[in-house]
Amino acid sequence: MNLTLKIWRQADAKTKGKIVTYKIDDVSPDMSFLDMIDMLNEQLNNKGEDPVAFDHDCREGICGSCSLQINGEPHGPDTGITTCQLHMRMFKDGDTIFIEPFRAKAFPVIKDLVVDRSAFDRIQHAGGFISINTSGNTVDANAIPINKHNADMAFDAATCIGCGACVAACKNASAMLFVSAKVSQFALLPQGRIEAADRVLNMVRQMDDEGFGNCTNTGACEIECPKGISLENIARMNREYLSASLKG
Amino acid sequence: MATLDSKIPEGSLADKWTNHKNKIHLVNPANKRNIDIIVVGTGLAGGSAAATLAELGYNVKAFCFQDSPRRAHSIAAQGGINAAKNYQGDGDSNYRLFYDTVKGGDYRSRESNVYRLAEVSANIIDQCVAQGVPFAREYGGLLDNRSFGGVLVSRTFYAKGQTGQQLLLGAYSAMNRQIGRGKIKMYNRHEMLDLVVVDGKARGIIARNLVTGEIERHSAHAVVIGSGGYANVFYLSTNAMGSNATAAWKIHKKGAYFANPCYTQIHPTCIPVSGEHQSKLTLMSESLRNDGRIWVPKNLEDAKSIREGKLNPTELAEKDRDYYLERRYPSYGNLVPRDVASRAAKERCDAGFGVNKTGEAVYLDFATSFVRYGKEQARIRHLDENDTKLVEKLGKEVIENKYGNLFQMYEKIVDQNPYETPMMIYPAVHYTMGGIWVDYNLMTTVEGCYAIGEANFSDHGANRLGASALMQGLADGYFVLPYTIGNYLANDIRTGPISTNLPEFAAAENLVKSQIEHLSNNKGTKTVDYFHKKLGKIMWDKVGMARNAERLNEAIVEIAALREAFYKDVKVPGNPNSFNQELEKALRVADFLELGELFAKDALHRNESCGGHYREEYQTEDGEALRDDENFAYVAAWEYKGKPSEAILHKEELHFENIKLVTRSYK
Repeated sequence: MNLTLKIWRQADAKTKGKIVTYKIDDVSPDMSFLDMIDMLNEQLNNKGEDPVAFDHDCREGICGSCSLQINGEPHGPDTGITTCQLHMRMFKDGDTIFIEPFRAKAFPVIKDLVVDRSAFDRIQHAGGFISINTSGNTVDANAIPINKHNADMAFDAATCIGCGACVAACKNASAMLFVSAKVSQFALLPQGRIEAADRVLNMVRQMDDEGFGNCTNTGACEIECPKGISLENIARMNREYLSASLKG
Repeated sequence: MATLDSKIPEGSLADKWTNHKNKIHLVNPANKRNIDIIVVGTGLAGGSAAATLAELGYNVKAFCFQDSPRRAHSIAAQGGINAAKNYQGDGDSNYRLFYDTVKGGDYRSRESNVYRLAEVSANIIDQCVAQGVPFAREYGGLLDNRSFGGVLVSRTFYAKGQTGQQLLLGAYSAMNRQIGRGKIKMYNRHEMLDLVVVDGKARGIIARNLVTGEIERHSAHAVVIGSGGYANVFYLSTNAMGSNATAAWKIHKKGAYFANPCYTQIHPTCIPVSGEHQSKLTLMSESLRNDGRIWVPKNLEDAKSIREGKLNPTELAEKDRDYYLERRYPSYGNLVPRDVASRAAKERCDAGFGVNKTGEAVYLDFATSFVRYGKEQARIRHLDENDTKLVEKLGKEVIENKYGNLFQMYEKIVDQNPYETPMMIYPAVHYTMGGIWVDYNLMTTVEGCYAIGEANFSDHGANRLGASALMQGLADGYFVLPYTIGNYLANDIRTGPISTNLPEFAAAENLVKSQIEHLSNNKGTKTVDYFHKKLGKIMWDKVGMARNAERLNEAIVEIAALREAFYKDVKVPGNPNSFNQELEKALRVADFLELGELFAKDALHRNESCGGHYREEYQTEDGEALRDDENFAYVAAWEYKGKPSEAILHKEELHFENIKLVTRSYK
């Protein structure tokens, strides 16, 4: 199929960006979206133009590197997938596709479609861990039985890939879904309960410091999340935060 | 020239590690504060090492090329992690895990290292559970296990199909705790481009800041390489697009021997190649072989009809299907090791029984399991187990619970529903057992330079068993390196900070800068990907699943010529002093073009078949790998001498004192 691409080009963080139009022909429906951008880049390259920069790595939906706002949606039109898992069979011959970086104050553009998501890392530094040493001198793994439902819920929360689609989808650029996923994972497990109060206070403080917005329960994050992280996690984080704050 | 001393401790196999730890030099906590360690790579090995070293008190500088340490490719490991816990009471033990690993590796690994791996494996699970890694559990609240290829017990711990992700996030969280405390200084979006050696010791690295393009000098008292494997030398593999051999190859060029480069794992269950445009291949976890049965049609006509779309595989009668693994290997069946399963798939497809358009695919079918699980569920819930529709529905639910994300992934890529029609799979390059040679302490032949995880060669011999990569990465990083590195650093407590103004830093930096300058100013006519794809094709066609001397000789000549063409004609657009992904790729491919040649040279010299290395000249009557223990029971460690063709072979003889060398049989 033949497509028109309208792609955000920006030389670096300081330069102003703009949408540039490209034509691309003979795209196979079996291609992944990133295969298609590879194809475009090969063509730009052969013409001596600067290829489009974009983040990507595993190309199987788990590393969280790829981002892209495609026709206004993080990770594009399909559900439950990342951009690298999006296939061109989701588009029609003759379509025009807008491709932009994830937009948020806390995610400054580095180049073209590449943004800086290190704010996510800094939130994790503030409390996204259980404070035990890695010496291996812990209790036997089966010494603490864990209710399967809680373990499964903790797992579901832990499958967050840190891609930032929740922030890009949110009109407030809130990172609540991302932060609550980690808070929930640990709050649901006996190992993590011990420092649950400090954790939620520290992580939320860092989240605010990074310039992410607040949650107004729109739910766009849950819909766009490639891993189906549930809004319930935000509710759980709010409960954790409230009880931690009251305890002082 | 360095000598190849594996430094295996004295004593019986089971006592070696304990004895060694008792005698090892320690660094006191106050002195650790004055010692810097560089860790390159933040996957399971690098991430766990960085966290643990920082926790012990060392100053750690960690580097990754990704935008966050959490994105290292360990994240993509699906199936599980082995540990000799014997929670299932099915007869597992340290010895059995050790034995399975050595046998699975076709008797080409070092006994002492493998035993230590088995010994610390149980601890990994304790550690990870304490970190909050949400492994799968049973209703009683205890941990669940499943089985993987090449073994007869259930020792694999898992978190659905995302075990690697959960373990890596565990290591990442341990890192985060130390980054927050300032004990790890994290350098994201940085690529190591050279090792700095001062007076024979590794003292730092040259790295490129991938955002600004700046070339930076970083010093330390020791350098740890945990940068993963080199499967991307094949262009198409299950590795991430950015996975590369550059860090490992640079230390090789600075004196670290490269061991067994030809030992590559071709994983049997990957989604088949769909076309020329494809940039990477996707793995379907080996765990699927617990419940899926592999088959092709028995008759060539049926295979042809299926390929042409005239026959639906579900319509083919049971008697017309060839479950070739169950037929050839009745005792292990669908759970034979990866190398055996891959070759068997290739054999059937080469004979014309392939089931997709290209003829390079076999079926992985879950229909039998739907019925088995469905009946079980019907009985548990007191429903009618003779109601086939109900049974199928219940069975599908069980499978979805176990492998849901894998089925979804398959459907998104192939556009077919694997609950309704069997999956199509074909082998693809997945992992490299070969790597930097290390001694028992995980030190390379460059003093103070260590290699851990997939980057080293140490534990898997000529073939790795499923769920053992995660085990090895974490064992090296959490439990082995943190001890052994202290033994070396104990002599460095009075050294003080290493200056980056030493001439060795300047020389290494200049070398890096001149290579970048050359590539950027070359203004050739062909893209980096053009050369990478060409290299991949040579590797797959001539150095792939089945090799012979004639094709290997051709490959060596062709790769050398391709490398020359690359330097003459590659085009790297854009400014090298800025964010430039083409330049990143060019620097990586330049190293693959050298490594590929050494790879082929190693494969050519090894006149035997073992594990993943299969030479057509050396096979038994029924097509199994034919080892030559008399002449090849050694590790081939190559010393760099300016060009891959001039590399010098050093041999570490392998001594098997606790296992008798026999022909591997899974029949």
